[in-house]
Amino acid sequence: MEKILFKHIDVPDQYQIDTYIRNGGYRALSKALKEHSPDELIEIVKKSGLRGRGGAGFPAGMKWGFVPKDSPKPRFLLCNADEGEPGTFKDRTLIENDPHQLIEGIIIAAYAIGAHRAFIYIRGEFYFGARRLEQAIRECYEKGYLGKNILGSGFDLDLSVYRGAGAYVCGEETSLMESIEGNRANPRLKPPFPASVGLYQNPTVINNVETLSNLSHIVLNGGDWYAGLGMPKSTGTKIFSLSGHVNKPGNYELPMGVTLRELIYEHGGGIKDGRKLKAVIPGGVSTPVLTADLIDVKMDFDSLYEAGSLLGSGATIVMDETTCMIKVAYRISKFFEHESCGKCVPCREGTRWIRQIMGRIENGKGREEDIELLRDICTNIAGKTVCPLADGAVVPITSTIEKFRDEYEYHIKHKKCMVDLGERFV
Amino acid sequence: MLNEATQKKIVELKNRFPGRKSAILPAMHVVLEEVGFYNRDILKQVAELLAVSEMEMAETLSFYTYFPKEGVGKYHVQVCTNVSCMLCGAEQLAKYLEEKLGIKAGQTTPDGFFTLTEVECLGSCGTAPVMQINQKYYENLTRAKVDEILAGLREGKEI
Repeated sequence: MEKILFKHIDVPDQYQIDTYIRNGGYRALSKALKEHSPDELIEIVKKSGLRGRGGAGFPAGMKWGFVPKDSPKPRFLLCNADEGEPGTFKDRTLIENDPHQLIEGIIIAAYAIGAHRAFIYIRGEFYFGARRLEQAIRECYEKGYLGKNILGSGFDLDLSVYRGAGAYVCGEETSLMESIEGNRANPRLKPPFPASVGLYQNPTVINNVETLSNLSHIVLNGGDWYAGLGMPKSTGTKIFSLSGHVNKPGNYELPMGVTLRELIYEHGGGIKDGRKLKAVIPGGVSTPVLTADLIDVKMDFDSLYEAGSLLGSGATIVMDETTCMIKVAYRISKFFEHESCGKCVPCREGTRWIRQIMGRIENGKGREEDIELLRDICTNIAGKTVCPLADGAVVPITSTIEKFRDEYEYHIKHKKCMVDLGERFV
Repeated sequence: MLNEATQKKIVELKNRFPGRKSAILPAMHVVLEEVGFYNRDILKQVAELLAVSEMEMAETLSFYTYFPKEGVGKYHVQVCTNVSCMLCGAEQLAKYLEEKLGIKAGQTTPDGFFTLTEVECLGSCGTAPVMQINQKYYENLTRAKVDEILAGLREGKEI
């Protein structure tokens, strides 16, 4: 399959505007501004079937369509580059290696929703990526792709990079807005939704890096072309971040609906050291774990949902037969305790309690009643908080109990792991 | 205290955003780059430069983990131990760093050179195990690579 987003990802100077233009860049922007009205662009993206690549999979065109047409308030476009879901590292590559592909998408999206101010909210740790974007933005102002009267169209847009500061919850859209406003990044209760009341209380659209990076290609080739790629309801390609016990970890751009088997064995080179596959987390740590027998599941939004999990961000974490699932679930529980923002009691108290119980099981002090206690706590957290962080915190616990209950029981009874990772750091 | 060049950079941020407090995080990124840490005096000075209250600064900053306070070592070694890195030996990497530096995670060497912190996912899972030192990532780490990196920093090689 021909790559779309990664077509030029290995070109050494692709991050420079001249190379990007030489490889076909900014033709889509010119086409969008000169040949299409904003409403036509929204229709094209709706037709493409493009679904948000940040994790939720919400149709991008529909999201744009929610911005009220008659509001006199200024509108904002936000690019979510907070990439924090453990296992995910695709946006970093898109930003560092092909920043103009993202910026071109941002300008197109801003034009479509009528925004004249846009921010790229990038996690603080991505220092190199932020510098790359700032450089690329400077180049765009010099060439007239940003600023006043872009390419003579009369459309104005200012774009800047906003660096985060180490909080996972900022990947949640309303937290991200709070963060840009200079506040503690506690999520907001919805509704109202950002499309009507977002950044600085103004209509706001927020899209993921990968989502926006697709736009120039959709504008150039048409919505129907994109809709013909991948699966009927999960169109296009997806970048899968493959990590863990595989021979060739990395980012792979493949059509939506590729099987997990193909991803791991054909592209990822199979399991390290010839070991057996035990489990896979298919969409980042907030998505339910899959057992090895589901190796032929198709990797797209609907197929993974039907298989009892989620595509999430496409972060595929592969675990071999030596992986202790209690250890994995315990580590994830530490993560969610650390990242809970503290606004909602069930999450703040619940994530800590889960971590404590997981810790005692892992450390050989588990009690027989702990499995049921964990399930009970999880039931009392899920769906009872302002943002989905808590739902994500519950999933690794409930799904490992469901799929690997024998390991929990073994751990509690024998006070040790059923299997051991061994020495992996050479 | 902040020198004039740093102060100028912070003042320039003041009117760049539609919201009054939006310049707080960008200003702290400037402080991190120019000074490497912050303390009460710096916080107070930044607040004055941005015309926000000291309390507003503290309220916002206490939410975020990225800006180290005074006392952090010259080199802030942040090792990821989240799942993908853990599967590739991050626990052993963290232990190895503790042994090499002679400190536990969360501590600073007596000479003020290194601080070791265990952090959450750095978004570099395909090149695990990974650590970040100040603003730079070090990927696909092995014992030999860690030895080389730490020895280089001790000799004052720029990172």
